[in-house]
Amino acid sequence: MTKVLIIDDEPLARMIVKEYISKHPDITLLQECQDGFEGMKAIQQLQPDLIFLDIQMPKINGFEMLELLDQPPAVIFTTAFDEYAIKAFESHAIDYLLKPFSQERFDKAVSKWQEKQSQQTSKGATEALLNTMSQAPTQQQRVVVKTGSKIKIIPVEDIYYLEASDDYVKIITKEGAFLKNKTMSHFESTLDKNLFVRSHRSFIVNIQQITRIDPYEKDNHIAQLKSGAQVPVSRTGYAKLKEVLGI
Amino acid sequence: MINIFRFYNPKKGTFLYLLVLIAAFSLLWTAIVRYGLAAILYDNDEYIKFLIHSMSIRFAMALLITGCVALFSTVWYTQEEYKENEQRKRDAEKLARDAELFNLRQQLQPHFLFNSLNSISALAGSQPQQARKMIQQLSDFLRGTLRKDDQQQISWEEELKYLHLYLEIEKVRFGHRLTTEIVSGPETTNLQLPALLLQPVVENAIKFGLYDTTEAITISIIATIENNQLIIKVQNPFDPETSRPGTGTRFGLSSVQRRLYLLYGRSGLLETAVNNNIFTTIIKIPQA
Repeated sequence: MTKVLIIDDEPLARMIVKEYISKHPDITLLQECQDGFEGMKAIQQLQPDLIFLDIQMPKINGFEMLELLDQPPAVIFTTAFDEYAIKAFESHAIDYLLKPFSQERFDKAVSKWQEKQSQQTSKGATEALLNTMSQAPTQQQRVVVKTGSKIKIIPVEDIYYLEASDDYVKIITKEGAFLKNKTMSHFESTLDKNLFVRSHRSFIVNIQQITRIDPYEKDNHIAQLKSGAQVPVSRTGYAKLKEVLGI
Repeated sequence: MINIFRFYNPKKGTFLYLLVLIAAFSLLWTAIVRYGLAAILYDNDEYIKFLIHSMSIRFAMALLITGCVALFSTVWYTQEEYKENEQRKRDAEKLARDAELFNLRQQLQPHFLFNSLNSISALAGSQPQQARKMIQQLSDFLRGTLRKDDQQQISWEEELKYLHLYLEIEKVRFGHRLTTEIVSGPETTNLQLPALLLQPVVENAIKFGLYDTTEAITISIIATIENNQLIIKVQNPFDPETSRPGTGTRFGLSSVQRRLYLLYGRSGLLETAVNNNIFTTIIKIPQA
């Protein structure tokens, strides 16, 4: 028996997936969710094998929801149109269904999943998908983090700086520090390069927060932020900062 | 010499002028040589004699050199101008094409179209009557976007009819989450505005409103008349915690602003205001 969830904000879009599922006696629909928050909760509580996921949804989109899950389930995307996403997840998602899709196309996606499941690779595939997605050339406007059971959406302008912390990245904002299970190079490549500079191997700084850059020991500098924090600046970091600040 | 010809590219028939210019230049050159050398070497009689004898050859040499330089620079700058023109033509063509593509994209939002078709597909199974109605609305809406041209002025009543179609489709898609409220008195019905101006604004409001909160939302459209201007306000809720209206990708609005500027030659016809959790877009349409 396969346990599935539908996560889509449009009621009729959920209805048609439900209808298609009903033709498969071996699939049980656990719940329908109308946004990413409901989706996350249901995934954690019900542990589905497979989810049908829309991308454009209120508050947090489908990708952001997946990012927040420790162990994302296998995913079949159902989406109307997404310029860059389609290319990126072509290689890793179980399948993606472009709306409107037929019963036949749906059946094909399901059998694709059943095939992949016998190879036991579907979960790894979702993680690989997320890695690919994060390399898509889109500028990040916000960062979504989880603090306890709460989800926090941080607009990038609110970030003071980022600091590497073992397997995590510490995001320091006016409302405190948040941890995100990502790499420094991920943030370096997805944040706006005119706003965020990797000043040091372990630091990325929001240049709008910098009030002063002072020399510090030999070859190094230290950036003073409006908040009073200090961020180390390496020799190469200093060159990058000078270039972005135009000095 | 090259600089003299820099801004002067002879057209057909003006080559005579160029020849005269070259001759005059050569004459001047020879005269300077003749009197300059005579002044410097005034005590060398033999050289002066030689100088006077060789004047015609000196003049011919000067003519040859200036002629060559003139020819070279003429060819060079003609070439440059040609290249520049080509580039300009390419740029202009590209701009026109981009604008056209942009217009098409504006009219036919793929997200909207495909999601609407998906909703129809869902309705077709269980509620065929509803599906048929939605196909009708979608067709009327699409026909409206194709028929109207950008310059045309239509009445507010007509634009409202068209907006209504759009809103009905969106309401079927989003179900109970979307409510709309339209406030428009009889005094505004015959006021004129550019065709299809408001749809991107309302679309923006719906997108912003619906994707910025998980609750049900109301979009308000309020039309009034003030100082012989049609004032239209479009309001949507948003979350000030997570979105920055004005700094985000309010692409739809900047294109409306541009269009108003091009049509009326005035800025400030589109304004936005933020009040608590309500984002308001205000559009002013001057009446003739």
